[in-house]
Amino acid sequence: MQVSRLSRDRRPADSRGLILPRLFVRFRFRLALVLFAFVGWVGSAMADDISFNRDIRPILSDRCYSCHGFDEKHRAADLRLDIREDAEWALDPGAPDDSELIRRILSDDPDEVMPPPEAHRKAISAEEVDLLRRWIQQGASYEKHWSFIAPKKIATPARSADAVIDHFVSLGHQRVGLEFSPAALPAKWLRRVSLDLTGLPPTAAAMRAFQADVDRLGEAAYAEAVDRLLASKSFGERVAMEWLDVARYADTNGFQQDAYRMNWPWRDWVVDAFNNDMPMDQFIAEQLAGDLMTNDSSGDESESGPSQSQLIATAMNRNHMINGEGGAIIAENLAKNSFDRVETTGTAMLGLTMGCCQCHDHKFDPIKQKDYYALMSFFNQIDESGMTSRRFTIKPEGQQYAERYAVDRPFIAVASPELKHQLAEAKSLTAAKQKKLLEQRDQYLPDFVQWVKEMRADDDLQVQRIRDDYVRRIVNTADLSKPNSGETKRLLDFYLDQTKPWSEARAELKAATLAEANIQARIPLVMVMRDNKPRDTFVLLRGNYETPGEKVTPAVPDFLPPLPSTDGERPTRLDLANWLISPHHPLTSRVMVNRYWQMIFGRGLVSTPDDFGLQGAFPSHPDLLDWLAVDFQESGWNLKRLIRAMILSKTYRQQGQVTAKQLAADPDNTFLARGGRSRLDSRFLRDQTLALSGLLVDKPGGPPVAPYQPPGIWEAMSLGQNHYIQDHGDDLYRRSLYTIWRRVVAPANFFDVPSRQSCSVLPSRTSTPLHALTLLNDTTYVEAARVWAERLATIEDDGERIAEAFFAATGRDATEDECITLMSAIQKYRDRFRSDPDAAKKLIAVGESKTLTESKTAGSLAASEHAAWTNLCLLILNLDETLSK
Amino acid sequence: MNLRRRTFLGALSLSLGMPALQSLMAADIDSDNAALPNFPPRAKRVIYLMQSGGPSHVDLFDDKATLRKMQGQQMPESILGGLRQTTMTAGQKSKPCLAAAWDGSRRGQSGMWISDLLPHTAGIVDDLCFVRSVYGEQINHAPAVTQLMTGHNLPGRPSIGAWLTYGLGTMAQDLPSFVVMTSKDRENTCGQLFFDYYWGSGFLPGKYQGVPFRSSGDPVLYLSNPAGISRDTRRGMLDDLAAMNSLAHAHYGDPEIETRVAQYEMAFQMQASVPELADFSAEPQGVLDLYGPDVNRKGSFAYNCLMARRLAERGTRFIQLMHAGWDQHGNLPNQLPIQCKDTDQPSAGLVKDLKRLGMLDDTLVIWGGEFGRTPFVQGDINNPTAHGRDHHPRAFTIWMAGGGIKPGSIYGSSDEFAFHVAEDPVHIRDLQATLLHLCGIDHERFTYRHQGLDFRLTGVETARVVKEIIA
Repeated sequence: MQVSRLSRDRRPADSRGLILPRLFVRFRFRLALVLFAFVGWVGSAMADDISFNRDIRPILSDRCYSCHGFDEKHRAADLRLDIREDAEWALDPGAPDDSELIRRILSDDPDEVMPPPEAHRKAISAEEVDLLRRWIQQGASYEKHWSFIAPKKIATPARSADAVIDHFVSLGHQRVGLEFSPAALPAKWLRRVSLDLTGLPPTAAAMRAFQADVDRLGEAAYAEAVDRLLASKSFGERVAMEWLDVARYADTNGFQQDAYRMNWPWRDWVVDAFNNDMPMDQFIAEQLAGDLMTNDSSGDESESGPSQSQLIATAMNRNHMINGEGGAIIAENLAKNSFDRVETTGTAMLGLTMGCCQCHDHKFDPIKQKDYYALMSFFNQIDESGMTSRRFTIKPEGQQYAERYAVDRPFIAVASPELKHQLAEAKSLTAAKQKKLLEQRDQYLPDFVQWVKEMRADDDLQVQRIRDDYVRRIVNTADLSKPNSGETKRLLDFYLDQTKPWSEARAELKAATLAEANIQARIPLVMVMRDNKPRDTFVLLRGNYETPGEKVTPAVPDFLPPLPSTDGERPTRLDLANWLISPHHPLTSRVMVNRYWQMIFGRGLVSTPDDFGLQGAFPSHPDLLDWLAVDFQESGWNLKRLIRAMILSKTYRQQGQVTAKQLAADPDNTFLARGGRSRLDSRFLRDQTLALSGLLVDKPGGPPVAPYQPPGIWEAMSLGQNHYIQDHGDDLYRRSLYTIWRRVVAPANFFDVPSRQSCSVLPSRTSTPLHALTLLNDTTYVEAARVWAERLATIEDDGERIAEAFFAATGRDATEDECITLMSAIQKYRDRFRSDPDAAKKLIAVGESKTLTESKTAGSLAASEHAAWTNLCLLILNLDETLSK
Repeated sequence: MNLRRRTFLGALSLSLGMPALQSLMAADIDSDNAALPNFPPRAKRVIYLMQSGGPSHVDLFDDKATLRKMQGQQMPESILGGLRQTTMTAGQKSKPCLAAAWDGSRRGQSGMWISDLLPHTAGIVDDLCFVRSVYGEQINHAPAVTQLMTGHNLPGRPSIGAWLTYGLGTMAQDLPSFVVMTSKDRENTCGQLFFDYYWGSGFLPGKYQGVPFRSSGDPVLYLSNPAGISRDTRRGMLDDLAAMNSLAHAHYGDPEIETRVAQYEMAFQMQASVPELADFSAEPQGVLDLYGPDVNRKGSFAYNCLMARRLAERGTRFIQLMHAGWDQHGNLPNQLPIQCKDTDQPSAGLVKDLKRLGMLDDTLVIWGGEFGRTPFVQGDINNPTAHGRDHHPRAFTIWMAGGGIKPGSIYGSSDEFAFHVAEDPVHIRDLQATLLHLCGIDHERFTYRHQGLDFRLTGVETARVVKEIIA
């Protein structure tokens, strides 16, 4: 685009000083009138009142700022519209039709119209032009971007946090002409709240008891139920799932080897933190900088360093993938590891899209490329290797396949003294065997030299003797005068491994090493943060580690509050953490509150939880978000208090029915005039199913488990190198939180889940036939239906049994039509399986859990009867209402 | 096929609102996408024969007299020029030239040089367009494949197939629109992993991600009914489920419930259509022969090539085959012939078969890896049983066929060492821009809003549609 396009000459320079002040006076007067007229109106939004942040900035940011924003490299016509002073000559406050901005938007000359066609930006719509006109008419005032200003509490008449929510939501209703829906029935509410707070459904009995409680105690019953759920240890597991997605937790390293890592104690730390009411500011700070904290509770000087728990917390910044690929370059890996930390911090804590700034200044937000690297330098001083520093392979007795582990320093071993002792013994045994072996090594050298020389004289012999290409390639080049160095050593090792008696002693050593590794695998080596001497950090031009630019030191972007003073010392991660949780920080508390709102209501008050910047969505209820963010801080970052307020609100209690009017006025339920209905996260679908069937083994923590998965999936993703070794017994029925998560391929029966390869804060809810196939055919679900059917069989009457199953799954009594449909269904299934007893036997044999017939004395349930009810239970598990909350 | 599909649709539309069906089957119809395609497409579908590991352009397509003349001599520093190598050869002191180890000849109207290792490809040169000047920056497999398939070297962007399905919707009513099949080389050499983000949906909704068809067990995960549940029993149960969900819909009024009913119905249809797809019994022997002796071996490249054709016939829009094993660092002289034997005939067979059926005109076939291989040796030049070539993204060769591509043509060239691009460079993103163009999409206008940015497949750098190779 040519510079001449927007000409500065259009407007006489000397007119500015004369006209503008007058306009501003006029504007202020008008605004005062507006405010006066509506005094007593609480809330920010008046249909006539243009808000720059809400109405105007999204248009300018989306269509204009990429060429007329603060990014000077891409600025066209030397015009920026993001600063009032610089934009003034394109605006004529009070006179939209005299404003160049409007003129250019409305121009039908392709050389003049804005945005220009070649920018491929959406044209500015008639409604948007109207907003811009009114904005200019009202004086074209600017505001600092809303999320960069510290939140404030607006006074409300409400007397409790939940009432505040309802107050602001009801103001929103007025804007769109809707009102609160009636409350959900108590059982339905309890089911929803249990799923939201624990990821598990209440039992049918609990729902009935709750109905009775409500009749007896009224409102108090709700509060009691919420407190009970918040106090259950399942709460931590449910909330941890969300944080694990954010923190890209997985049980392997990713990339080519995708070897196991052992950071699961961090996962358990997260669960415990939520269950123990850890204040969320501490939750953030310990994960960012627990290693730099002092553990003053002991009062003992010698133990004033971080506790083991604080160290484990910092594994959050080691959850990124680690590349151990053969050709990988350490400097590149180090850069990428730290990129990931910066971007995860950016998304998870700041709600900013830092990623852009790896290569260039942000196009929309005032983040400079230099800010990115200044943040990176906080992280660029840990003692990591850039590859993996500790690798071992295990193969427990009786296991068909070996499994590879690889972790990188710094790490800590988390184990009981007894296990540590066992490991130490195994290690000394290995060392002794190794020493013995090495002492013999020189005896073999003359024969080895001879062996190599023979092959050098005869190519065929090489192929005959050495199958491994990578070893064979050394034969001609090995320096035989240095048998214990470099590649020659590799060749010598190869030779020794097939030469007796060395090979026998070597086999013993291998066995000892394996025994040691098998013990090691039971002692998690948790990768943590521990600072070393800082590495120099440079702005990497275009994000390329090979082209370092200006050197930077730890700092935070200057459009945000400054770091607390460090008295001239180099700021640390702890300073960064304290900055994030400082009371004046405009982002952290808002970002956290918004994500938990999203967890409970299905959609954030800011619908772009990953972007609070200029291109992000404006909050649907800005005053509510701010009120909650401030209140959250004032409460000591008390998460349970925040969630309790959401759950006890009238807003949350609304029923899920949708009317045509609501659908037309508010299809996405942005304004919350009905209860949120959405399909459960696939991981909680599995938990719910296990719970309904009675199969769930609700045991917390520990190493990941491997429940059912069709064979061949890991093999296909690793060219046969990684094998899924399925567990048996209780470990088949643990909560999904504990299912082993391989970085290159998520567990097969999870769908619409983050890849856990990078930070993810926006849940995905799609609907494909593949999901239906999983829920209909996966062993997990079929077995659950089978076991559930058997448990239900204690209810004699068909109708009662159906009623019970339906109620347990949905939290609602089936209607008469529904009962009729299900009664006729079970009759059909009975007929079908009676006429095909073989099919019945096969169906009730799905899964490894014993049938009650096998395990107990009962034996009364005929196979055909059991199969028919299994099919019916599978149907109930797949009802839309069962799948949804 | 068509009749059945229509019947299915007809039956469904009685009980469901069409919008529910569309949201499952077609693209999200929003105002941005309604404009697609931007212009009439030349290709209705794409089959990407991704050769993973990096096939040696020097040995297969880009023979150089200079290399032959300088065999064994150090490659000039003016060519190497302090460029970045992987750590596997960065420390290797000498970098002697290694010319193509096999003979070849100039074939077809274009006179394209093809190695004798690829006799079947050589036989269809007049249908192919060779681009000998493709280049990128990534020197390791994972980032290079990620860039090739998603436009960026780090995981997290939508793959080409996801973009196309998102933008253009699906033509297949009871099969996925984007299918991935993987195969590995016979020797299972220094193989590269296939990461799911090579066919991921990135920030696009999850339903656009590629559906992997597996080589063992069910072709699609969880496709088979559990033991003891016949198709009849399932039909009956799904009818009851639909009845129940319809009652719930009356109660809740939530349109999502209609989508749920359609979702389960489509799953049932897929349970029939996928096995039918994988049943080769009706293929004439002559057709099977086109793909070579491995065609009936599940999980082989040949089997996947025939599956690709059958998917293409049934409306799948993007078919991504990934074949491992081209990563010949050591023992290239032994492994390359085996690898060529496994892939040459099936690749050529697929093109012939599509042509036979009249489908080549609107099916774009692309054959190529994530990079080529170094024109200098890795390892000991005097030890052909143990040497090979390292990764080389600076110039390599791919071929394309059908879908509007100029048949029997050559585009671009590398220098006399097959090291750098000499003429008409084609960056990976130019290739992507061209692919979208052939599908009727302007790569600059086709964007998706994520984290406040309008992302496109070809990224932020300028990409060029290579109009010269379009017929």
